[in-house]
Amino acid sequence: MSQPRPPNGPSGAGTNPSVVLPKETSSSHNTTLRYPSNGKTIYHRHLSRSKTAELSQASFAYLFSEMVTYAQRRVTGIQDLEKRLNTQGHPLGLKLLDLLLIREPPRSQSRPLNIITLLHFIKINLWQHLFGRQADRLEKSSDPNALDEYMIIDNEPLVNAYVSVPKEMSQLNCAAFVAGIIEGVCDGAVFPAKVTAHSVGSKEEGEMWPGRTVFLVKFQDEVLEREALIGKG
Amino acid sequence: MTVFALIIINKAGGLIYNRTFYEGGLNNLTTNDYLVLAGTFHGVHAITARLNPVPIPGANRNSASSAGTMTRPETPSGLEVLESENFRLQCFTTLTGIKFLLFTDTTQTNVDLTMRRVYEMYTDYVMKNPFYQLEMPVRCDMFERKLLSYIREINNR
Repeated sequence: MSQPRPPNGPSGAGTNPSVVLPKETSSSHNTTLRYPSNGKTIYHRHLSRSKTAELSQASFAYLFSEMVTYAQRRVTGIQDLEKRLNTQGHPLGLKLLDLLLIREPPRSQSRPLNIITLLHFIKINLWQHLFGRQADRLEKSSDPNALDEYMIIDNEPLVNAYVSVPKEMSQLNCAAFVAGIIEGVCDGAVFPAKVTAHSVGSKEEGEMWPGRTVFLVKFQDEVLEREALIGKG
Repeated sequence: MTVFALIIINKAGGLIYNRTFYEGGLNNLTTNDYLVLAGTFHGVHAITARLNPVPIPGANRNSASSAGTMTRPETPSGLEVLESENFRLQCFTTLTGIKFLLFTDTTQTNVDLTMRRVYEMYTDYVMKNPFYQLEMPVRCDMFERKLLSYIREINNR
């Protein structure tokens, strides 16, 4: 996972990263917003700064574990739980789309304009940024009744690296969180879609990859309609 | 050279995991017997941990604070190895009081290393699993799978 690191001094290791409230805000109104003492927030930083930054997988695993536990509170069922995980990921996708595009070289900075480029962007750029590798496969549904469905396949999703789903919840796949991120990217690029995560590890060639997950991307009708129009012109 | 079985005991003395890797190494016990074994071992371990170190007369709190640093004495490890003619029981206690008991052949080498690896797997696949509740029996597919393949590798060596 490469994610922005916590704010540090501009000149690196030597500076004090302590965080204090500026005088004017603490006296005028009670805000809980905190600013670094040098006044430089995360928004002052160059966008490419944390491009290659990496995060410990163990700390992410603990955080994700708590996120799942949190989502599990007061849920009515497995679908509800997946919905909550999806909702947690959605805003990340919206923001990542902008961030990853702006980090591209100027020539390829435009947002994806058709389904294939969008899916390639997800498979390559998004996966590379989040998990340090590309997704394993990209497929189009062969079912003639489901031409709006595409599949992104990951043999061992990083978020599920340490997750064992209990038998009574076997329908659940915690990669619903990643599905939410994908959905955010699709929505942000104005390709509204529903994305769901499905475990396929126990089927045919699943022996080798017990955690294999398929992200099913189902675009809305208007996306395909537009796609067909563009194709004609 | 064989690893026979693994038992994990929680800090209250309850059995939370129990797996036999090799048939014929140990007699099969009933689940109830395993629970009794876990509880008994827990008690004996607690007593052995109290036997030593003996408090040094005259060493009190003042001398510790005058040294300038707060030093906490190392926790006594208690019973570590129990050996019989036919098997060897190695016990490892984590800082949080979980006990790992590994039953092996008497000639088994590098048990420390095996134990460490088992502990690592426990921290990875049990502690980082969102569906595991602390102190409760371990039922994690991933832990089971990785553990079995690791021990099989050792036993086939």
